[in-house]
Amino acid sequence: MTGTATAAHRAFGRRLATALYRRPRLQLGLLLGPPLGALVIAYLGALVLLLINAFWRYDAFIGRVVTQPTLDNFVQIVTASVFRDVAVRTVLTAGAVTIADAVIAFPIAYYMARVASHRTRNILVVAVVLPLWSGYLVKVYAWRVMLLNGGFLDSVLAPIGLRGPGLSDVSAWLVFSYLWLPYMILPIYAGLERIPGSLLEASADLGARASTTFRRVILPLTLPAVIAGSIFTFSLTLGDYVTPSLVAGGTQFIGNIVFENIGVVGNTPLAAAYACVPIVVMLIYLLLARRTGAFESL
Amino acid sequence: MERSPAARLLLRLTTAAILLFIYLPIVLIVVYAFNTNRVPTWPPAGFTLEWFGRAAQSSEIRASLSLSIQAAIGATLVALVLGTLAAFAVHRFSFFGRETVSFLVILPIALPGIVTGIALATAFKTIGVQFGLLTIVVAHATFCVVTVYNNAIARLRRTSRSLEEASMDLGADTWQTLRHVTFPSLRTALLAGGLLAFALSFDEIIVTLLVAGPQQTLPIWIFNNYLRPNQAPVVNVVALLAIALSVIPVYLASRISSEAAGVPR
Repeated sequence: MTGTATAAHRAFGRRLATALYRRPRLQLGLLLGPPLGALVIAYLGALVLLLINAFWRYDAFIGRVVTQPTLDNFVQIVTASVFRDVAVRTVLTAGAVTIADAVIAFPIAYYMARVASHRTRNILVVAVVLPLWSGYLVKVYAWRVMLLNGGFLDSVLAPIGLRGPGLSDVSAWLVFSYLWLPYMILPIYAGLERIPGSLLEASADLGARASTTFRRVILPLTLPAVIAGSIFTFSLTLGDYVTPSLVAGGTQFIGNIVFENIGVVGNTPLAAAYACVPIVVMLIYLLLARRTGAFESL
Repeated sequence: MERSPAARLLLRLTTAAILLFIYLPIVLIVVYAFNTNRVPTWPPAGFTLEWFGRAAQSSEIRASLSLSIQAAIGATLVALVLGTLAAFAVHRFSFFGRETVSFLVILPIALPGIVTGIALATAFKTIGVQFGLLTIVVAHATFCVVTVYNNAIARLRRTSRSLEEASMDLGADTWQTLRHVTFPSLRTALLAGGLLAFALSFDEIIVTLLVAGPQQTLPIWIFNNYLRPNQAPVVNVVALLAIALSVIPVYLASRISSEAAGVPR
């Protein structure tokens, strides 16, 4: 009984395999359907819904959302100085974070790619990858503990007559730069590793000093990698509200305003409209980045 | 380019300083988890295991740990299925919009976190899903797919199809080939991708906070308790636990994938 059942089972499996083999389009559909369906419906669908929400209105009197198309939210964002100031501050911070990360990432990436032995290099790659994927909140929290008045930073800096930045917008910049540093190190490392040594030798043979070689050969060749890294440092800074709420000491960023409006206030339409700011900034950034060929370095 | 000994030394020192910068805050949290003093002063006052006991006794912490693990397992499983299917489709077929698939997979992690979070939260609210484990799993799965996809497609690109063709030529049907040839060659890549997905989910808070409702994952517990001065030492212990549970999978994944890729260590 079971024997025939297994045989029938197997025959069915074979027929199915043959049928699939003959219809590659069906195979493709079966492979692509679930992931594409899930991402399009769950993710793109959600984004579209968010956009639609941005055109609705929150009525503070009745305390709920009125589904009547209006541009009020966008007008409010453009005209009210709070929204403008916070947006400018967030974008400027994202830019400052990106610059700081690029400057810090270069020496370690250079050491990894062109100086370190094979063994050291592998250890360093793991050392940089580990904090990239893990312990986000713990690291922010650790920085908060370090930055608090009379905490680690103040104690360590006291002998040389300095103080830590406390909880402030400077701290937010510092912690963001710390958090996203691995995202910048890895692409620059990969970019530097790809430069053939002969190019650097040629530059030296032609009489260029180390600094000239760096400026005229290494920097232009790694620029796409820097831009690839900057996509992450920029986007992650724009979309974060947890870090500012822990270390910025009340200074607000785009994320904080969006989070407050969707959570405490319940003004989803305004939150949705304001969330369009980072989306638009990122889209412009991605379009500019694509023109430099940075996408090949992602 | 010739590097003088002085330049090499300078580079080495800078690298060491940057590594110190990267690891110092993490080391500090480990130290404070064992600190006798309730206030995180420097230097630490003394050594104690008391806070570990407190953390272990808290049912709230146990519940949030359990929710985090459930969510991470759920998101990892969904990501494994969707990421593998997408990788096969993109690698084995050429079709209109193939590049768009890679872009779509990366999008949830490339767009600012608050955008992903509020978009999903709005969608869940609109269709009337109760916020909880299910919404957390769905949200995490959308940005975890990319880790599995990247690992799987990198492996597929490196493995030759001739092995599969040999298997078919020797009379194996599609399923047998899949089971005995294709899957074994993908196994470690999927394991690495899955471990990364687990870590990514376990660690996430920006999106999670918006879709979890009243439920607390481990990071959300930390977020809700870090301001309570009484809780500070216990928060340090939970932070230590949270970082351990996400560092270990990432470390394993990095070992698996570099070994499997044949990179000499």
